[in-house]
Amino acid sequence: MNVCSSGTQGIHIEQDVVLARQMARKLAQDRGMRLIDLTKLVTAVSELARNTMVYGGGGDMDWEIIEDGARTGLKLTFRDEGPGIPDLKLAMTDGWTSGGGLGLGLTGAKRLVDDFELDTAPGAGTRVTIYKWT
Amino acid sequence: MERIPILQMGDFLLVTIQVDMHDQLALTLQDDLSERISKTSARGVLIDISALDMVDSFIGRMIGMISGLSRIMDAETVLVGMQPAVAITLVELGMTLPGVSTALNVERGMALLRERAYSQ
Ligand SMILES: Nc1ncnc2c1ncn2[C@@H]1O[C@H](COP(=O)(O)OP(=O)(O)O)[C@@H](O)[C@H]1O
Ligand SMILES: [Mg+2]
Repeated sequence: MNVCSSGTQGIHIEQDVVLARQMARKLAQDRGMRLIDLTKLVTAVSELARNTMVYGGGGDMDWEIIEDGARTGLKLTFRDEGPGIPDLKLAMTDGWTSGGGLGLGLTGAKRLVDDFELDTAPGAGTRVTIYKWT
Repeated sequence: MERIPILQMGDFLLVTIQVDMHDQLALTLQDDLSERISKTSARGVLIDISALDMVDSFIGRMIGMISGLSRIMDAETVLVGMQPAVAITLVELGMTLPGVSTALNVERGMALLRERAYSQ
């Protein structure tokens, strides 16, 4: 897999969630992603960026434009150094929330992208990586 | 403070969500709307989301809460103008918006509200 370009968007305040969405939209749009996939990607970004801010206490979204053979795509990593997720199975259950949410962010984001990786441990922060091919 | 305007149209309130909404703005709207419903005795609320290019679970939850709140205050809520890509994404996200009525556009939404509000 080839990385064509990359960058980072900080996620610390509410407005950064909006900026992360706009950043992902622009990157995907520039690569010609079709509207339906674009909408799915941006929605996943919104969910994950909000989790980074709310539960992770802030962090970053790293973005990469990647090439794999003939395909081009976006790889986004949301990382924080917050408390981590103690029970991953529970967190990956539709409708489960430790706060006042709908509990659809992680599971929903997973459904909306092509690939989804979650790396977390109690006290060691959380890292969610998603891929969406154009 | 930044706010989403609420327009009064007869017995109904119209909220057009146009900005890329962040959390605080969404919560302020919820407060503003409940106050306006009680002040104007509005019979229904129309939420126009035709300008929104995505609806995540936060906005979805807010729409659900407005609808529940309106019901308690004896007003109906109709969501109008959802873009097809947004609707498809919502389903995949797993959000069903139970109890929220939808209509294609403001005109049809108003017709639906009138029907509901005056048939009781
Ligand atoms: N970055 C994170 N750091 C710590 N906990 C997290 C993080 N992201 C998600 N979680 C945990 O996983 C749960 C489920 O997240 P999510 O599916 O987005 O639902 P919601 O945000 O509605 O609670 C959260 O309630 C939280 O307990
Ligand atoms: Mg969430």
